[in-house]
Amino acid sequence: MSNPYIVLPIIFQLFLAIVLMFCWTQKNLQKLVSTVGSLIAVIIAVIMFVEVWEVGPMVTQAGNWEAPYGITFVADTFSVLMVLLTTLSGLGVSVFSVGAVRNARVKFGYFPILHFLIMGLCGAFLAGDIFNLYVWFEIIIISSFVLITIGGEKAQLEGSIKYVTMNLLASVVFLTAIAVLYGLTGSLNMADLSNKVAEIENRGLVNLTAILFLVGFGIKSAVFPLYFWLPASYHTPPPAISAIFGGLLTKVGVYALLRVFTLIFIPDAFLITLISIMAALTIFSGAIGALIQNNIRKIFSYLIICHIGFMLAGLGMYTEIAILGAVFYLTHDIIVKTNLFMVSGLMFKIKGTYSLRLLGGFYKDYPKLSLLMAIPLFSLVGIPPLSGFWAKFYLIQGGLEVNNLVLVGFIILGSFLTLFIIARLWSEAFWKTGELVPKKLKVKYFHELKPLKRTAIVASILFLALISLGIGLGAEYVIQVAERVASELMDPQAYKEAVLGKL
Amino acid sequence: MKTIIFRTASDYLLPLLLLFSVFILLRGHYLPGGGFVGGLIASIAFVIHSFANGLEKTRNIIKFHPGFLMPIGLVFAIGAGAAPWIVGQPFMSGLWFDDPFPVIGMVGSALFFDTGVYLVVIGVSLTIIFTISETL
Repeated sequence: MSNPYIVLPIIFQLFLAIVLMFCWTQKNLQKLVSTVGSLIAVIIAVIMFVEVWEVGPMVTQAGNWEAPYGITFVADTFSVLMVLLTTLSGLGVSVFSVGAVRNARVKFGYFPILHFLIMGLCGAFLAGDIFNLYVWFEIIIISSFVLITIGGEKAQLEGSIKYVTMNLLASVVFLTAIAVLYGLTGSLNMADLSNKVAEIENRGLVNLTAILFLVGFGIKSAVFPLYFWLPASYHTPPPAISAIFGGLLTKVGVYALLRVFTLIFIPDAFLITLISIMAALTIFSGAIGALIQNNIRKIFSYLIICHIGFMLAGLGMYTEIAILGAVFYLTHDIIVKTNLFMVSGLMFKIKGTYSLRLLGGFYKDYPKLSLLMAIPLFSLVGIPPLSGFWAKFYLIQGGLEVNNLVLVGFIILGSFLTLFIIARLWSEAFWKTGELVPKKLKVKYFHELKPLKRTAIVASILFLALISLGIGLGAEYVIQVAERVASELMDPQAYKEAVLGKL
Repeated sequence: MKTIIFRTASDYLLPLLLLFSVFILLRGHYLPGGGFVGGLIASIAFVIHSFANGLEKTRNIIKFHPGFLMPIGLVFAIGAGAAPWIVGQPFMSGLWFDDPFPVIGMVGSALFFDTGVYLVVIGVSLTIIFTISETL
């Protein structure tokens, strides 16, 4: 079905960024506009989700050029689900930023860039054209370059160089892959490619292209041999920025992998094996990396890698149940990871350190806040009925279905290691009597902040924690959504018909 | 570069180059030209003026901070993109007036988009160059 308004989530974020640029000097006005705007963006995303849920995939051809030639935007269930999650965590980060981002950073355009980043994310999820997807990736990384360097602390610049280099490399690989694919088929429209790639007889060449895509998206989503940039850079920017990075940037890569490897390249036995091995090693190396870290933000960075492995495992099993699990895990992970980095920011604001050895005594000093922070922490582990449990349940079921017991073993191992890491974090940071950290002059502590800022920080964590709880307790509904996404991904006929018309 | 020849020439070059940039902007769409090149030429006009007469004098001509042109240009661009929504067409569809305008020729939503690009390019390049020359 054609609907010209499905690009509204993208355009609205651009509009917000423009409004924010007009009030460049008024910091308080910017905070207000960003928060209210993010709220409206969530409402738009919800309306779109309901519409797509009822009517099926919706399409618009930008510039009114017909499908295989023009730039297509497609909103199927997967796309709108991702847009909804993006706007939700965008709202969380926006409110958190009101409390936690320093005025110096606001002065250099933190809020407009944040909304440009969210615009890029929404665009990537709605793009129905592989080159357009590349363009959105570029918008995402350019905005993230600014966000990661804004403020210009020494550690930040060091981290950003690694981040920039690896992401530019990924873009080059991705662009090369698109060029090869265009040379093979003469088309860039994803629905059209789906038909044309299936007809190519030289499967070796197709597999080669698929591997190029796997490497390009693999660097972006930080899978096993290509993840080194992530733990080296994610702990350097301020927590609000880490939150949006940790929650969403790697997940765009996972989204692109799920989309490309179900729509364009149907993996054969070799690719399935390759993806499974990568998934298993990603889980293992991420968990092992997190075990030995002391900085809580580095622990969370390694846990991102570990849990990207779970989603990749879903793709590696390649059954409907496993994809369902991967989509559910994606849903849960975006919200929880965003929240965890915000939690780490709150812990830093209270104690003035990220070091696990020095942290401590939270439960005694702040019992209510500790219980609040427990929700995202234990959702991550997947203790039933919290949100991570159901996703892993389906992933394991999918693994048993295809008899991939090694991968199931790695998922269980990864879950246990995550449990161990979070339990250690809990006992160290919350139960242990903390050491007295000398007061730092540059840090603005939680109790020194104005009440409004304190409320903003706690409210944003509470908001995302409630969504996590909702995903866990209302799993029945999320499973319905994930089931529909999985069935649409495994059988893209409706998607293709929506874009190209009935054949 | 405070030679009298350069300074005198720059006074004439500024309006000439600005006119030329508008010409390039209007010439775009079907012929080589357009908002990006036009914007670059316009910012070169100001840069030459600032080299010859000093940054302060150029600032006095522009009156406001060039960075302010960025959101204004983006408003033009987003407006041109979203205008087709009013008549129920997809985003970015080209809308054209039926009759050509005198001097300018055919006018469509693409011209407004290009004007937006023109302003954004001037805003960005002048902001960068002014900021760098301030710190020199």
